[in-house]
Amino acid sequence: MARVVLEGIRKTYPNCFKAIHGVDVEVEDGEFLVLVGPSGCGKSTLLRMIAGLESITEGQLTIGDHVVNNLEPSERNIAMVFQNYALYPHMSVYKNMAYGLKIMGLPKAEIEARVKKAAAILELTDEQLTRKPRQLSGGQRQRVAMGRAIVREPSVFLFDEPLSNLDAKLRVQMRLEIKTLQANLGITSVYVTHDQVEAMTLGHRLMVLNAGNVEQLGTPIELYQRPASLFVAGFIGSPAMNFAEARIDAEGKTITISGQEALPLGSGGMAEHGGKDVILGIRPEHLELVAGAPDAVPMTVTMVEQLGADTLVHGHFGESRSDLTVRLDGIRNIKGGEVLPIRVTPDHLHVFDPKTERRLS
Amino acid sequence: MIENRPLLTIFSHIMLILGVVVIAFPIWIMFVAASHPEIRMTQVPLPMLPGGQFFENLDIALNRGMSGMDGNGVGYMMLNSLAMAMMIAVGKIAISLLSAFAIVYFRFPFRMFFFWMIFVTLMLPVEVRILPTYEVVANLGMLDSYWGLSIPLIASATATFMFRQVFLTIPDEMLEAARIDGAGPMRFFWDILIPMSRTNIAALFVILFIYGWNQYLWPLLITSEPEMFTVVMGIKQMLEAAEQAPQWNVIMMTALLAMLPPVCVVIFMQSLFVKGLTETEK
Repeated sequence: MARVVLEGIRKTYPNCFKAIHGVDVEVEDGEFLVLVGPSGCGKSTLLRMIAGLESITEGQLTIGDHVVNNLEPSERNIAMVFQNYALYPHMSVYKNMAYGLKIMGLPKAEIEARVKKAAAILELTDEQLTRKPRQLSGGQRQRVAMGRAIVREPSVFLFDEPLSNLDAKLRVQMRLEIKTLQANLGITSVYVTHDQVEAMTLGHRLMVLNAGNVEQLGTPIELYQRPASLFVAGFIGSPAMNFAEARIDAEGKTITISGQEALPLGSGGMAEHGGKDVILGIRPEHLELVAGAPDAVPMTVTMVEQLGADTLVHGHFGESRSDLTVRLDGIRNIKGGEVLPIRVTPDHLHVFDPKTERRLS
Repeated sequence: MIENRPLLTIFSHIMLILGVVVIAFPIWIMFVAASHPEIRMTQVPLPMLPGGQFFENLDIALNRGMSGMDGNGVGYMMLNSLAMAMMIAVGKIAISLLSAFAIVYFRFPFRMFFFWMIFVTLMLPVEVRILPTYEVVANLGMLDSYWGLSIPLIASATATFMFRQVFLTIPDEMLEAARIDGAGPMRFFWDILIPMSRTNIAALFVILFIYGWNQYLWPLLITSEPEMFTVVMGIKQMLEAAEQAPQWNVIMMTALLAMLPPVCVVIFMQSLFVKGLTETEK
């Protein structure tokens, strides 16, 4: 069990490419931190720096009570689960899990006890322990990879997109297993993913990375309710948030999407930003279909996606060019070309500065 | 190919049979010649069917030797050949594994330069550098020894290159997982890399063993003592050994014996050999 503290961590590759531009975060003991972002944002690099597989150019990394910047991966008391599992193909499952312990020089009985314990936690049978990795299914290999991490009894677990090689159904199942496992073992974990659903469901806190910068750090609900930037707003939530250019009136009471009626701004308005051009963000689930409401805005439908539980309606407000997605619950009989009265819930508007792309309210 | 054209089938079978005959006929003649008494081999027409003296000839070739060979058979030559072929094959594999390991997994100055230096030696087989190599071996006092027979042939660009390609297909995560497990470089090499290239090693062993066994020019050059002769050069010596008509039955028996070990290696290691050259799953 240990805290992981990153202070001013930077990474510059020998070819002068700056991968990480300064990350500060304290991962509490037992916390599950998820690093999330699109490909190439530096999330894997950051994880590999914590693991010791990449050198740290600048800054200080502390695991437990020790600064580990210059320690070998095996000396950092960590365990890592790789994207393609990285199981040794020529060793049985048992030997795969025992290999690290053997190198540590533990006695045979201790190794056996630890492997058996991990196998029990992961519901691997004795018969499966004698098999080779290629004789296992994807989900079982994933379990073995986690088993190899568990037997080390590390103070930190590192996961590098461990579920991305699994099919959709198994991914949901393993996601739940990882969450349960982490909660039961209470081991500090850092998890890298590009999948925002995985991030939202697994993490106590999320760190959204974009091109080597930390966009926002917070709980999943904070990120959903108050995204700090356009990037986070667009990244978190599925289907993605709708954006439209808009203008706040002089008093800061209402907001107008170009060429449309004014919408009231919730909770006291934004007097300090009166008269400003902004980008307005509205989540698809915060748009309602209300017949006959006075403040409804007409929306022209172009496309409808039926998901069974929800119906996604794509279209745009009146003459506006910006695409708009509305999420309606249940099965709706809506066709392209229809005009729907849509009401925007005032409390769920997100307003961003078009230049800095940061949140205004 | 799914086709139903009888003429094509007949034609392709005729071609295949012809191919087999071309390869197999000399071996058959060799076998037939090895089973007749000496005198029969000097009469025309040459026999096409085996005679009854196979085991006598085997005994002569292995133990007694032909007339003019001081009563020594080729048995010890077989052992010399075996020792040389094993030393070459094992030595080549060991050296190439290590050099490929260094080139793929370590970042040292002039890494690519050294790799190309090794690669360029492909253009310098022993036949090309035979005089300087002889000079070196002679100065080191390794003439007429197993070391002299094998060491100059051990350095191998082909095997280094092949292992380099094998190591490059092993995912980086394997190294990273081993580092997290606390394995140092040599431990990783021994516990992970070697078992993972097992089939490639076996395939290369087959090729290199045959290469070593069939060496002719080099052993001919550096051995002068008869007890260091190898069987492949021994056959040639037999033709000139005595000032008399060659004893074809014994010579053919020796040739047959010389073919045997490479054939055995191929047969017994066939499955590994094919796997090693074709298997891609890591």
